[in-house]
Amino acid sequence: MTVNEKSNSTARWQYLDRIRKTKGPFNDDDYDTSEEVLSMHGTQKILVIGAGGLGCEILKDLAMSGFRDIHVIDMDTIDVSNLNRQFLFRKADVGKYKAEVAAKFVERRVKGVQITAHNCKIQDFEEDFYMQFQFVICGLDSIEARRWINATLVNMVDDENPDSLKPLIDGGTEGFKGQTRVIFPTITPCIECQLDLYAPRAAVPLCTLATIPRQPEHCIEWAHIMAWEQEKPFPTLDKDDPEHISWLYKKALARAEEFKIPGVTYALTQGVVKNIIPAIASTNAIIAASCCNEALKIATSAAPYMGMNETYMQYQGDESIYTNTFKYAKKEDCAVCGNLPKPLQVDPKWTLQELLDSFATNASAQLKKPSIRTEDKTLYMQFPPALEEQTRPNLEKKLKEDLGLEEKQEIAVTDPAFPALSFRFFLKFS
Amino acid sequence: MTEIVTSQTPPILHGPSEKEKKYDRQLRLWAASGQAALESANILLVNSGAGTVGVETLKNLVLPGIGKFTIVDDAIVSETDLGVNFFLDESCLGKLRSQCCAELLQELNPDAQGDWYPKEKASVNLGQILDSMPMYTLIMYTLPIRPEDLAAIKTYGRKHQTPLISIHSAGFYSYFQINLPGAFPIVDTHPEVEKTVDLRLLHPWPELVKFSQEMTKDIDSASDHDHGHLPYVVILLHYLEKWKEGNGGEYPTEYKAKMAFRKMVSEMARTNNPEGGEENFQEAVSAVNRNVKKPQLEQSLEEVFDHKLSNEVEMSSSFWMIARAMKKFYQKNGCLPLPGGLPDMKAQSSVYVKLQSIYKAKARKDALEVLETVRSSPGGKDVDPAEVDMFCKNASFVKLVNATAEGRDFKQILQQEKQNDELAEAIGTPLSLLPIYLALSATSHKPLASADEIKADIVGIWPDVADDMRVMQSSEEVARAGGGELHNISALTGGMVAQEAIKIITKQYIPIDNTCIFDGISSRCQVLRL
Ligand SMILES: [Zn+2]
Repeated sequence: MTVNEKSNSTARWQYLDRIRKTKGPFNDDDYDTSEEVLSMHGTQKILVIGAGGLGCEILKDLAMSGFRDIHVIDMDTIDVSNLNRQFLFRKADVGKYKAEVAAKFVERRVKGVQITAHNCKIQDFEEDFYMQFQFVICGLDSIEARRWINATLVNMVDDENPDSLKPLIDGGTEGFKGQTRVIFPTITPCIECQLDLYAPRAAVPLCTLATIPRQPEHCIEWAHIMAWEQEKPFPTLDKDDPEHISWLYKKALARAEEFKIPGVTYALTQGVVKNIIPAIASTNAIIAASCCNEALKIATSAAPYMGMNETYMQYQGDESIYTNTFKYAKKEDCAVCGNLPKPLQVDPKWTLQELLDSFATNASAQLKKPSIRTEDKTLYMQFPPALEEQTRPNLEKKLKEDLGLEEKQEIAVTDPAFPALSFRFFLKFS
Repeated sequence: MTEIVTSQTPPILHGPSEKEKKYDRQLRLWAASGQAALESANILLVNSGAGTVGVETLKNLVLPGIGKFTIVDDAIVSETDLGVNFFLDESCLGKLRSQCCAELLQELNPDAQGDWYPKEKASVNLGQILDSMPMYTLIMYTLPIRPEDLAAIKTYGRKHQTPLISIHSAGFYSYFQINLPGAFPIVDTHPEVEKTVDLRLLHPWPELVKFSQEMTKDIDSASDHDHGHLPYVVILLHYLEKWKEGNGGEYPTEYKAKMAFRKMVSEMARTNNPEGGEENFQEAVSAVNRNVKKPQLEQSLEEVFDHKLSNEVEMSSSFWMIARAMKKFYQKNGCLPLPGGLPDMKAQSSVYVKLQSIYKAKARKDALEVLETVRSSPGGKDVDPAEVDMFCKNASFVKLVNATAEGRDFKQILQQEKQNDELAEAIGTPLSLLPIYLALSATSHKPLASADEIKADIVGIWPDVADDMRVMQSSEEVARAGGGELHNISALTGGMVAQEAIKIITKQYIPIDNTCIFDGISSRCQVLRL
């Protein structure tokens, strides 16, 4: 760095440096304001997961907070419906990779920041990739991806090696609401401990869809689940293809007319089929900045941060403004960071198939492709095909009568979405 | 009601327009009406100080498609700006900050129109500029600010009845304050759907009673299929009548009676079937607590009914004409117009649709009665029936923000907050953020004040807080920032202000009343009416 560049850089980061060089009333007595500590913050390597609504904001906020070595992962490409909030993208960028376009935009705007884009899934990387970062910030809309990175970071913690503990900062939004969470893996409650906050919506019973629809949503789900399967107008349903959505819309509309149900629209069809969550720029700005504020405080110790006492900030902006910042409890029966099995309420008369299906809607499991075994017996395996075939006859058997399962018996469930995990339950008969 | 009329005409079978696609995720929050309000809005930002929080706010308004925005700022872009403001780059150094930010914001969304003042490098006479400008929907200004500029904005706001938002972000702290010109009513408050269910089980009207009686006249001999598909509204109406017969004509409105009524309904479910019960009866039982209730007036609506019209604008506003008609309706009928919605419940499709139409027809009739009252009142001829429908549908949730123009007794608020803190310290709940507001306010015109100067300023006005530890800490923390903004805090505050601006412009959801203080150290905010 030349003398001139250095003085420019001093002038540029004047506000941030002033905070960092001045001990505040809430800092520890040993708050270090030496040049050496000050210069460390720029060299820290940060991983951002997601380059969407939150991700775009996070990249901007980190770059404007003096972080200079940032990586970003996102497999998605830009859609026109992103443009109302994902402010690093323009109409001409539609179809390009989000991570790449976002990284280039911020690098162009903010001199001296380096952003490495990875246009792929988080599952494509191994632990050694994640080991290189000082911390991870997530701006994701998928619960499954959050659970995966959470489990990976918790598993990476090696008590012998303090660098293996990577703080995870997680943001999420819905409409005018959102939340920020700070997790110190193995020390504070993890994402999996808080899984029941994302209880899946109860599905409409199939018989309602098939015989007695009453709501426009029932007609749309009927078109989506039943009419599509029966008629197969295209080989596979692509929820982003307007032609496919139009087909479902027309089907749903015809059914709604048959039953005299008002309210089926294209937008509603798309919303139901894609499970669209409303999203706006301002909420993303709030939550992303809250995440990056915590990141800056953790990286510099410039002020006390969330994580140790409070772990969760809930934000609600639809009716006045309300925040609730509190400590979430760690769960001893968490499948990721705990070591006890969870209770599982089951009906002993259920078939194994019914038990398997229940894992998808069970708030504390949310597993779509479960395999299941007891301590000494494999009950059902999804993979490999030979084993699947061998265990398939068990699906029709009743839990107690045929399979001999008992009250308090422990079972272990695995799912290909979380290869490193085994979910332990003990049965409680209802 | 208009909504029903449009939903009965077959929708056109084409997909969404380009604009609907681009704004899809926000149209699901504020619909086409909110979007139209945004698109016709004209926002002014008077930018000063470190200059970031106002620009971050505008970013969140330009993206969703605000019509027009103008930035007034006579600062010249310096190296320091580039370390905090994302809407500037190297090429902006030495140029007008107003122009550079306006251009880089405009680039976000071609639908928004950006402008800036001054056009040449020169100091600005804000009073003069404001006089020569078109009307603004909303004016935002950032602190610290020159006292004469602040005075000019306040004068303009009073003269033109323009909502004002002041914003101050420094270090880890920020606050913003909304100054609305008079009482600000909101009809489309978007309450949670579950709260809006109003079945009138204790006030059924003849059509509903007739429908229910017909469906239940042979309830005991009905086939299992029919019995298992009775809508829970019908089940409850039927057994409420039975209950009355056995209880001296009284409805079960007290807790104990409700529990007994629940038991009575649940015992009427048939259990000799494979499921061992009936879903519709389960629905009926769980609907008792929430739906078996006498109509009562929400406090927020009572405020609307009691409001004294204070000026010309209010006298001639359609909102207040409808509110008056609504009050008449309430006085005459003992309840509000029926909202008309019917939650989903287990039933045959045709039965459900019929029941739905009974609720809708009654809602339409009630709305018509209100409309007639409005039409017959002076100046009421031109009131839009759609506005009356909306009011009737949402009557229980209509909200008056900034209801009184009365001055606030700041000293009392201060004491109240101190008292709360004593309790909070004992039980470990968050402390008041008012000291942060006091410390920031002390630097409204002098960003470089020291902690001692800030504290002396506060104590000069409020001697009570002389030995308040929190005031001292807040003063130190504000002095630590030296008038500088942290990008994160300004981005976060800009998000909150934009949400509020959207609520005010669209007249949807409920804005704060009137000050929001944010503490980036404890990561929480507090809303106070100051
Ligand atoms: Zn956990």
